[in-house]
Amino acid sequence: MKYVLLFVDTEQFTADLQAMGPVERERAYARVAEWMATHRDKIRGGNRLQAPDTATTVRLDRGDPVIVDGPFVEGKEVVSGYTEIEVADLDEALRMVATWPGCPVVEIRPLEP
Amino acid sequence: MPDTSHAALARVVRDHAGRLAAALTHLTGDFATAEDLVQDAVLAALQHWPVEGIPERPDAWLFTVAKRRGLDLLRREDTYRTKLAQLQWPVRPSPDDRLRLIFICCHPALPQPARIALTLRVVCGLTTAQIARAFLVPETTVAQRITRAKRKITGARIPYRMPDPDELGVRLTEVLAVIYLLFNEGYLSTAGHAESRDLVDDAEWLANLLHQLMPTEPEVTGLLALIRLHRARTAGRFDLDGGLVLLPHQDRSLWDRQAIADAAALLSRTALQHKPGPYQLQAAIVACHAEAERWEDTDWEQIVLLYDMLLHMAPSPVTRMHRAIAVRYTAGPRHAMTELDGLADRLDGYHLYHATRAELLRALGRPEQAQAADRRALELTANPAERAVLQHRITWP
Repeated sequence: MKYVLLFVDTEQFTADLQAMGPVERERAYARVAEWMATHRDKIRGGNRLQAPDTATTVRLDRGDPVIVDGPFVEGKEVVSGYTEIEVADLDEALRMVATWPGCPVVEIRPLEP
Repeated sequence: MPDTSHAALARVVRDHAGRLAAALTHLTGDFATAEDLVQDAVLAALQHWPVEGIPERPDAWLFTVAKRRGLDLLRREDTYRTKLAQLQWPVRPSPDDRLRLIFICCHPALPQPARIALTLRVVCGLTTAQIARAFLVPETTVAQRITRAKRKITGARIPYRMPDPDELGVRLTEVLAVIYLLFNEGYLSTAGHAESRDLVDDAEWLANLLHQLMPTEPEVTGLLALIRLHRARTAGRFDLDGGLVLLPHQDRSLWDRQAIADAAALLSRTALQHKPGPYQLQAAIVACHAEAERWEDTDWEQIVLLYDMLLHMAPSPVTRMHRAIAVRYTAGPRHAMTELDGLADRLDGYHLYHATRAELLRALGRPEQAQAADRRALELTANPAERAVLQHRITWP
């Protein structure tokens, strides 16, 4: 069963990350890299996203396409990356996410089979 | 002629529907479809049995209907149909299958109202209509909750399996929470007319089932003892007109002393494991009340001690409020009032906080403030039995 993990940053998390010194930040990145390595056999792809202020949203439900600057939902919590995983079931995905050392919110979304 | 009353039918269905659901899910691997078939069989039973009487083998009857319905319904789904066609009576789910069924219904990825509705429907064999009536919500709401939950179980692949040993503790807590909520809902509602479902009875049945399946889990036993200790005193809770009688004024000769002794003994045996938990502690507190011959005999020192342990394990403002009530009898109403004042900002919206304040204010000789607190409590509760008590206190201070 395939799922996408959507990684969500909060304002607090972003601020904390910025406040870190270079060594500390390096260590934070290393923890994430280690998690990725541990679960390598289940990870099918994914990436980090650039900051939400680089996003462009197009609305097609109002006549002509409307192009708007920014993500489709403005909020304090923004999707900052995604990973596609392949595991037996939701419980295995939940166990995997329980040890995620990065951002404080993760959405687990099953893919269409 | 066997008893075909509403309650009797419900008991027979409850004893068999969950077993059938567990067996069908095990054999077909498809929880959602198994659940549909069992629900259809339950509905058919509630239609036929009042007229034809309860069959000699209700389990075989339900099985046959579910199987026939399944073969009918699943004409195009070959693999499922083949499995179903091979099914022979009797089907006996293993104890683990029944546990798996409970754990999938109470999975933390489902919203709590759905967990309650699913557990009642799948494990206890209630119909959607019965659930809706018990919770005073529209039937369509319950139906939507169940449909959505089943879609999620299938779509997100919530597994039908026992939690791993390292996650069992957390998952069991979720199951106990569902049973406890059911119990509370039934205990607080006073709409005790014959047609309405006795949720307290369902909660005890579920706790007992879980206890049979997991006899060495101390918190399961704790919850079962807690429910039984409350139920043993039901006859004293209401007067002849159905009015609520508060604990100090209850006629204790109406309590079921044997049931109290049995539940207390069950709790004591579990305590030997030295693995205390919130349900065991709550049960121990209720046992202190239940075992007192008279209100004056209540061991308040012990109760305060138990509340201290409970607060240590599961801190909550409501528990602190209950501890303050006990403190009134060990250290006096003034001390209790001080403790209560510290909870004002947390519990201002809770009617029993104001009702408790009213009692303390009365004990402290401040009847006017007491009345005002009772009035505030009255604004905050819709429960008819509680309203009657408060109304009485405001009118006859």
